[in-house]
Amino acid sequence: MQRFSFLSLARNALSHHEGWHRAWRSPPLRDTYDVVIVGAGGHGLSTAYHLAKEHGITNVAVIEKSWLGGGNTARNTHTIRANFLRDVSIRFHDVSVKLYEQLSRELNYNILFSQRSMIDLIQSWGKLRDLRRRSLAMALHGPAYDLIPVDEVRRRIPAMGDLAGVRLPPLAGMAHPEAAMARHDAVAWSYARAADARGVEIHQHTEVTGFLRDAHGRVIGVETSRGTVRAGQVALATAGNTSHVAAKAGLSLPLVTRNLQAFVSEPVKPIIDVIVNCPDVGLYVMQSDKGELVIGGGTDPIPSYRQGSHVATFEDVVASLVELFPRFKALRMLRQWGGAIEFAYDASPIISKTDVEGLLVSTGWYGGFKSIPVGGLTYAHLIATGAPHPLAEAFGLDRFTGLRFLLEAGTVAQR
Amino acid sequence: MLQISCPWCGLRPEGEFVCLGEAVPPRPDPAALTAGEWAASLANRANIRGLHAERWWHVRSCGRILTIWRDTVTHAIAPGPDGTAAPEAAP
Repeated sequence: MQRFSFLSLARNALSHHEGWHRAWRSPPLRDTYDVVIVGAGGHGLSTAYHLAKEHGITNVAVIEKSWLGGGNTARNTHTIRANFLRDVSIRFHDVSVKLYEQLSRELNYNILFSQRSMIDLIQSWGKLRDLRRRSLAMALHGPAYDLIPVDEVRRRIPAMGDLAGVRLPPLAGMAHPEAAMARHDAVAWSYARAADARGVEIHQHTEVTGFLRDAHGRVIGVETSRGTVRAGQVALATAGNTSHVAAKAGLSLPLVTRNLQAFVSEPVKPIIDVIVNCPDVGLYVMQSDKGELVIGGGTDPIPSYRQGSHVATFEDVVASLVELFPRFKALRMLRQWGGAIEFAYDASPIISKTDVEGLLVSTGWYGGFKSIPVGGLTYAHLIATGAPHPLAEAFGLDRFTGLRFLLEAGTVAQR
Repeated sequence: MLQISCPWCGLRPEGEFVCLGEAVPPRPDPAALTAGEWAASLANRANIRGLHAERWWHVRSCGRILTIWRDTVTHAIAPGPDGTAAPEAAP
């Protein structure tokens, strides 16, 4: 791996930047690996990296039906946060934030990490009670989630309009200083480059069409659009399509896939320097490094693999935006997208072995960009050792049999 | 915006309804199942990419629950596959 540094940039500038190698190889597909990871998104690549780094397992192929990082990794709003309700969720995402803080250095790749805080605007007594409970739960574990008065919200978000006339009068705010954003493509590329440097193979445009089973039903490989590949273990990291892929192995999972849309405005000068979240009206907005306002809301309230814009939800989000930020009426929207997020019956992640031996799943991320580093760390541990990582013991599929639900909800999406 | 055909009210806009998700068969008798089968019947979903049967509650009008077939990729509402009735309505 060619390392990036001031010196290497200067040296390559002298040769007109023609001396850079490809960030990862594209080797021919072999017919056997120790581990096949299905899905080269953030979670799949992070898992491959941690398999190689912590466990020395490098005979690994990450196979991807499309291009690397082109699924939900390219279809989110790149927000990283740790404001959850359950103890295990808070600890888990706190570790994720800390890994993100060090990621540029760890992977020698600038992911444009920007820890800029999230400010929630609370507009109902029920939400205030709910978020104070979250705040107290988080106080036991470290990440901050502090109640602030409305004046303080207005001071930190001067772009917000006069709040006196809004339909739901603001009551207070919550400040989550650990919340951050990072460049989503860079996260996928940096993990791909680092995993490749440790010997992992990445195979793009290789779609899984079925599973290879032995006489006892154990999964011993995958059928792909480029041929049969045998594997000791097959690990799914196919966010959005996990039910669809797992069904090919006869496996049914407690998942529903939904569309989560977002859109960006034309670029403007710096006007918002925090991530603004308004859970009562279903709106969040932040400003990207390019100056575009990134705007999103709740999930579309129907099962969907559409990966597009659902007009009814779009209207709701825009109505909330122009009520709280009247000056944004003048903005034009540049583009929109939707991600196919899947969430489990209790809206917590699943990192687990399955009833089908040799087949593992990491799913239910409900918007998993924030959990890429810790998701990979814990999934790799499960694959390598056969036992769940201490941070992820509660995330097994067995929790449904024991009715040990871990009820969580998104910040905006729980409406 | 979806236009959903309610058997009692005719074609009505999506905003009058609440989607109750995938149409699942009536709950089986828990006494006849293992713990795993019972949990699966509660939580597991087919989560089909394509045409599936789902229930909608016409909450802001007649208040009744109906079943439609809708493609989860295109959102197009369609008649069910030939010879396949919607799963039995929830009690």
